[in-house]
Amino acid sequence: MERVPVLKIGDILLVSIQVDMSDQTAVMLQEDLAERIVATGCHGVIIDITALDIVDSFVGRMLSTIASISKVLDAETVVVGMRPAVAITLVELGLSLNSIRTALNVERGMELIAAARTDEWVMVDGDEDAETTATT
Amino acid sequence: MALSAEESGWLARLLTKNAEQLIRRWTELVASSLRGRLSHAELARQVQELHRSMIGAVENGLTDLDSEQGGELRAVLAELSRGRARQGFSASETAISVFALKDVLLELMEEDQNAGNLRDFVAFSALIDQMGLFTFESFVRTRESLIADQAEQLLELSTPVVKIWEGVVAVPLVGTLDSARAQVVMERLLQTLVDTGSPYAIIDITGVPAVDTQVAQHILKTVVAARLMGADCIISGIRPQIAQTIVALGIEFGDIATKASLADALRHVLRLTGVDNARRHQRRES
Amino acid sequence: MTAGVDLGAPQTQAIRSDDDVVRVRQLVRTVAVATKLSLVDQTKLVTAASELARNTLIHGGGGTADVAGVDDGRRRGVRIVFTDSGPGIPDLDLALTDGYTTGGGLGLGLSGARRLVDDFDIVTAVDEGTRITVTKWSR
Repeated sequence: MERVPVLKIGDILLVSIQVDMSDQTAVMLQEDLAERIVATGCHGVIIDITALDIVDSFVGRMLSTIASISKVLDAETVVVGMRPAVAITLVELGLSLNSIRTALNVERGMELIAAARTDEWVMVDGDEDAETTATT
Repeated sequence: MALSAEESGWLARLLTKNAEQLIRRWTELVASSLRGRLSHAELARQVQELHRSMIGAVENGLTDLDSEQGGELRAVLAELSRGRARQGFSASETAISVFALKDVLLELMEEDQNAGNLRDFVAFSALIDQMGLFTFESFVRTRESLIADQAEQLLELSTPVVKIWEGVVAVPLVGTLDSARAQVVMERLLQTLVDTGSPYAIIDITGVPAVDTQVAQHILKTVVAARLMGADCIISGIRPQIAQTIVALGIEFGDIATKASLADALRHVLRLTGVDNARRHQRRES
Repeated sequence: MTAGVDLGAPQTQAIRSDDDVVRVRQLVRTVAVATKLSLVDQTKLVTAASELARNTLIHGGGGTADVAGVDDGRRRGVRIVFTDSGPGIPDLDLALTDGYTTGGGLGLGLSGARRLVDDFDIVTAVDEGTRITVTKWSR
């Protein structure tokens, strides 16, 4: 049984899906990720789907579930690298994946996660440091 | 079969014997039909080539244009019609270059009673008809391929995706959008987002005179697809009529950003990215 | 409604497990590339095939997929026939509605797949099975 590797880079878990996943592999990835988020205490998950030439409703649902699970575990999930043909197909299929944050590539995905974390800090700092908030 | 072997031989002799006179008269007749739109030298060259390849064909015992012996003659005819089609001559103007040979042959046969009888002329005439039809078909084929090429070029020309700022691409749409074109635009825009790593796209429809439900749907789908890929689309230049159509058709544009002009859209994007940059800047400082 | 001549014998893939769904996707992709479908059309067809193969496995209790290149004289395309001898679909209209699900999925399998292909034909009888024929044509 194939397993999709989960890499830890700093505060982020990076998953690069390189194989045509069977449904079982997808479910296993979902479980692996939940465990790794808790074990590592990471606050960001990047799922790179650049290599996927299709995303069907099952994989789409898995991505949504991972996003929801990670949210519960206080981690932000960003799906990156969706191909144009895949995006067009998903729209036609009727899957809008509203709950998922997306970015064009891994770099932008990391920026997005960093920005999301900064927002939280700004909010926390807000009361103590009124000047910083005023300039934003 | 247009000609018998015997008639073919007759035609060869007729064409060779009076070659000079024949070419001169033939060129004259064609020239008058084209009214000086082709240089005389060019025309004479074409007629000579046609004459030469005809002689070649009938000397090889040509009985039918579609046969093997007609190969070279067909090639010359095809070349002639291609040239005429490209130069913008009409189909009749092209076919007449071939049919003029009938008049020339008739004149020759009237002058020289030994040249052949009516039956021979009808046979020659049948061959020339075949040549004329072939010319016509080549002409139409060339025109068709010209039209197909142009349609393709138009599609390429009319859907430029340009990078207008770091991280911002724009598609200025001009002309009527049909479903096929909308699809090409959609795919190209999304691909450019990936290639340039741009998180913002501006779809400017100032040059689009009207949209129907299908086209509006295509634009909407593009926006949703771009979002799935992690990019934002802004639609600019919506004309009043189009705005009315969109509302009248009950198309939901939802939370898609729309701006009056391309400039406004760019300003909007820069403000968005400016916020990001300021934030990042701030973080570095603290 | 599914006109056209088959180009060569269809290739058959049994659908008995999860891994077979992956194999159906790969087979459909190979045929779609050979038929010169555009990239977007390939993606749509493979996605539809994936949904339908999964349906065949989960709802039909397994079956087969026959994939073939077809030609209707004007254009070429790919036709896939999914066959199972499962319980069948009692209410077809309902099953083709967006969001309707019995298997705990998103309910986009049948309805979504229908939007992704050009021709969609379904024959079903309760307790006898289901046969779904889809075709995607090149443009």
